[in-house]
Amino acid sequence: MSASALPEAVRGARPGALLFRRFAARKAAVAGLVVVALFVLLLVFAPLLAPYDPIATSWSAIRQAPSWFHWMGTDEDGRDVLSRVLFGARASLLAGVISVGIAASAGVPLGLLAGFAGGATDAVVGRLVDAMLACPFLILAIALAAFLGPSLQNAMIAIGLAAMPVFARVARGATLDTMTHDYVEAARALGNPPWRVMLRHVAPNIVPPVLVQATLAIASAIIAEASLSFLGLGQQPPSPSWGSMLNSAQRFLTQAPWLAVFPGLSIFLVVMSFNLVGDGLRDALDPRSD
Amino acid sequence: MNGRIGPRLAQVVPTLLLVSLLVFGLQQLMPGDPALLLAGEDQDPAVVAEIRHQLLLDRSLPVQYLHWLGRLLHGDLGYSWRLHQPVAALVTTKLPVTAQLAAMAFLIAVGIGVPLGVLAATRKNRPLDYLVSGVGLAGLSTPTFWLGIMLILLFSVQLGWLPPSGYVSLFDNWRQSLATTIMPAFVLGAAISATLMRHTRSAMLGALGQDYVRTARAKGLGEVAVVLRHALRNALVPVVTLGALELGTLLSGAVLTEQVFSIPGFGKLIVDAVFNRDYPVVQGVVLVTASAYVLLNLLADLLYVLINPRMRGL
Repeated sequence: MSASALPEAVRGARPGALLFRRFAARKAAVAGLVVVALFVLLLVFAPLLAPYDPIATSWSAIRQAPSWFHWMGTDEDGRDVLSRVLFGARASLLAGVISVGIAASAGVPLGLLAGFAGGATDAVVGRLVDAMLACPFLILAIALAAFLGPSLQNAMIAIGLAAMPVFARVARGATLDTMTHDYVEAARALGNPPWRVMLRHVAPNIVPPVLVQATLAIASAIIAEASLSFLGLGQQPPSPSWGSMLNSAQRFLTQAPWLAVFPGLSIFLVVMSFNLVGDGLRDALDPRSD
Repeated sequence: MNGRIGPRLAQVVPTLLLVSLLVFGLQQLMPGDPALLLAGEDQDPAVVAEIRHQLLLDRSLPVQYLHWLGRLLHGDLGYSWRLHQPVAALVTTKLPVTAQLAAMAFLIAVGIGVPLGVLAATRKNRPLDYLVSGVGLAGLSTPTFWLGIMLILLFSVQLGWLPPSGYVSLFDNWRQSLATTIMPAFVLGAAISATLMRHTRSAMLGALGQDYVRTARAKGLGEVAVVLRHALRNALVPVVTLGALELGTLLSGAVLTEQVFSIPGFGKLIVDAVFNRDYPVVQGVVLVTASAYVLLNLLADLLYVLINPRMRGL
């Protein structure tokens, strides 16, 4: 058998390149990534792309249907819906990424420590995670946002804290899995101190499952931010957010149905894309999926 | 079997205690002094001090917690600051509304999710499988409240078939009750049907690859009988237990759905409480929800052991 007939993994291709190729083979996941990238561009260039000021009211343009001048129509204060959807992308995507950042930076070290140390540490962390997971995600986020006070910043903290236990659980599972490998045993046998084994040999190997979890969690966090803003517990008026736009749209369903369509479609598109990327990453990282 | 149930039961107590500690801890996140908030505009220091004394806010945190826990164990969930009623009474009046909604939603979710999952699994990697999986992913990506708004737009505003909001109890007028709850129940069920569909599909794919399915086919049984009587029956074991875990999604979804359709249930209770800064009600609802979830998780685990013959000998 010639060397080229061997599977890539055996020939020792770089894991990053291999992952990239396996991910690129999944069309739906690539499409998802493209849409996510587009929304990131919209987020960055919102001030240049938005045709109007998203918070400037205009009494002469109240609740106008979509037209050449206002592609997505105007809202109850005469504000341009397209401009608000563009700026709303900032609130939604930033909330998604920052709250998942909070969740991962609190949950992953906790899970890593619990899995690595075992014993009493594991038991205490395990019960804490169980207790937090016992509260349905959104209800916990609502309660936290309620006690912290309504604002986008507090909504991000609330969503981050509510999503934290899942990261702890994923990191713990991956740590336990990694620790069964010989190289961890070898690192210990060489006399490395436990913290070094944990950080240098175990931690890098739990990154893939945490990355998949993070991508899928961003999708849930975006929905959670929209939900909190819809309830009035997230982004406060007049700053635009997709959830709060839907809240006010609900009052004008008969007169201005377009107000409810575009922010919802944007949430749907972004969340679906993150879900596709997450599913694709998971499949690409799973050697059994081929 | 007993060897598995014992430790599982023992886990519930510390989990519930920690839940109570978390819910108690929520109070500490609150900016400002609850006594000042309660005193309202009449901020006579003597009145504030009296309220602080009544709420035990002048005692240490452990004392406050133990006192609160002691009352909880006697079924006292606290007293609503705004509605001037015991929280336990509020919860018991609102619970049947949400329970009706949740039960209807669950039936809809099972009615859509399980058949679609079976269909997708039997047509693996064919157009129908892709279509069903795609619809499932779309279902998971649609915010509950937006789906609700879109349905109101179609069925109430455009077609005028269903009332856009309100609630009539099943015992007062069942026709009206169904008319007011069918849309919210569908919205709530749709989110869970997508998850159930995914679970059913993967469980069915596992079951269809098993030896007993091959044996059933070799006996000359028709494909429908093989799929429904042999594969589905076994595939349903994980689906049933995973389905029970969807209660959390159901309760979270109920908060938003009840808000969209103005249904006076459990979800609306917590949202109104949040806006009225009625913290005892928020705490009470979170505590009841979390405890119900812990107990249902336990039930799902026990159910799994009971209906899965392979677990019985353990």
